[in-house]
Amino acid sequence: MNRMQKQSQVAMGLLRAIAGFVVLILAFLIGYIFITGLPNISWKFLTSPAKAFSAGGGIGIQLFNSFYLLILAMLISLPIALGASIYLNEYAKDNWFTSTIRTAIEILSSLPSVVVGLFGFLLFVVQYNFGFSIISGALTLTIFNLPLLTRNIEEALASVADDQRQGGLGLGLSKYETIIHIVVPAALPGIISGIILCSGRVFGEAAALIYTAGQSAPALNFADWNPFNIDSPLSPLRPAETLAVHIWKINSEGIMPDLTKVSSGSAAVLVLAILIFNLSARYIGRKVFEKMTSMD
Amino acid sequence: MQNQKLAKQLMKKSKTARYERFGRLLCLSALLLIMVIVIGIIAFIATKGMSTFMKDHISMKDFFTGTIWNPGAKTPSGHAAVGALPMIVGSFLVTILAAILSTPFAIGTAVYMTEISPKRGAKILQPVTELLVGIPSVVYGFIGLSVVVPFVRNTFGGSGFGILSGTFVLFVMILPTIVSMTVDSLKSVPTYYRQASLALGATKWQTIWKVVLRAASPGILTAVVFGMARAFGEALAVQMVIGNASLMPHNLVSPASTLTSVLTAGMGNTVMGSLQNDALWSLALVLLAMSLFFNLLVHFIGKKGAFSK
Repeated sequence: MNRMQKQSQVAMGLLRAIAGFVVLILAFLIGYIFITGLPNISWKFLTSPAKAFSAGGGIGIQLFNSFYLLILAMLISLPIALGASIYLNEYAKDNWFTSTIRTAIEILSSLPSVVVGLFGFLLFVVQYNFGFSIISGALTLTIFNLPLLTRNIEEALASVADDQRQGGLGLGLSKYETIIHIVVPAALPGIISGIILCSGRVFGEAAALIYTAGQSAPALNFADWNPFNIDSPLSPLRPAETLAVHIWKINSEGIMPDLTKVSSGSAAVLVLAILIFNLSARYIGRKVFEKMTSMD
Repeated sequence: MQNQKLAKQLMKKSKTARYERFGRLLCLSALLLIMVIVIGIIAFIATKGMSTFMKDHISMKDFFTGTIWNPGAKTPSGHAAVGALPMIVGSFLVTILAAILSTPFAIGTAVYMTEISPKRGAKILQPVTELLVGIPSVVYGFIGLSVVVPFVRNTFGGSGFGILSGTFVLFVMILPTIVSMTVDSLKSVPTYYRQASLALGATKWQTIWKVVLRAASPGILTAVVFGMARAFGEALAVQMVIGNASLMPHNLVSPASTLTSVLTAGMGNTVMGSLQNDALWSLALVLLAMSLFFNLLVHFIGKKGAFSK
């Protein structure tokens, strides 16, 4: 074996080691989160409200807030992202206008989330006087979510074969009718897995929320579902600390006595939720791929 | 009479055509809304950020070169203490160090995934990088706080909070971003490049090092810039481990701060419109400008290095 071949083998070994090291990092992270976190999770922990100064608090309200904000943000951003991606993929011509808008979306997706949060603070909390509230948080998350969701939906639309469009147009449908009745349903699986992936990102976001949805979780009356009452869980004007914000908040204040227990439990819940989001997006994507490729 | 009616009907747009126009306009307005948001963000933050200089008459020189950050107070030499240099230096240090640390690991992993074992790459490493991207930044911050900070304290001394801990946390956070983009650019190198090189008698390593990586270098550079942009803008994970002292960092283990950490920690404690608050918005403006700069850089590299087919 000559020198060059030996060099090549050593290099291959090194590359294998690096790849193995990266896998180890993830294994350590996931292992650490679950081993320290899972023992702290109980039904009581998941449902009881947090306590600031004494041990034994839970994350019930924070968990509810996280899901409520996620759903609201998705409800607001989905129609906008769908419209924008339809225009980009189906109507837009390749000209300066389209490339300007694409650049703008790219800029928005690369903005640090803290900048998006500060904009939300300036516009919704201060200017529109919504205060630290669910509605400010949901609107800010919408801005944070729009670029990625638009890109995901556009990819799903682009993967629909042109035959489908030609079929629709050939039957005498207008372009918009073709898109709404043929292209979007055909792309639906891709759109759904795109939405789920974005949900994972939104669910874990904290920097955009600390100055919009606020850092406090006032007690809620879970018997009152009238959105106009301030202590109703559905009230859009109450401050709502999410799970991710809660982890940041208790760690940077550090006055809670069972701080590590609560934060490791919350981190485990957060990562578990995101794992479920990711796995279900993969599963749905694969199922649909199988369905579309097998001719039955 | 009959003809006139018919003519009128033919001249009018049909229901379908009107529906088509309506749908198209609806989609266009959604797109324009996004555009307005982007312009709004830049305009709002720029106006707020400039008021430190326009309204409070702080000179740009004091802001960018001053080393004492205590808005509202005066420095010993009588200038207003709004020196943002410690934060700017902190941000750049963690970003550059994290990029230097992660780039070799990321490229190695990406090469393994595309050149050595594509099968295992797709089966194990692909999901691994996707999961790493998915872990929220507060969780990284929490692990940094409970694992990295004690580790740095015991190994390198000091309190453990500082640039070094921030670097380690960001290293893991930007690794998957760089890996997945590098994989894309390695995959876009045509197979016949590799075949030609191997046919010339080059070893696998020589092919990777001298042909594949060279051909993919603009893409890899873009990946690294993206990673740096993410590191520069990352707020909470860094804020939790860096120590939050607005001082010039003396060494890598002394408490420091970044633009994002000061913003997240300070914005809630100031009154809108005061100098303390305006100075923070100026930091946000610096952050925004850097993010735009990274974007510009990516565009520039992309234009220069795109594969000409």
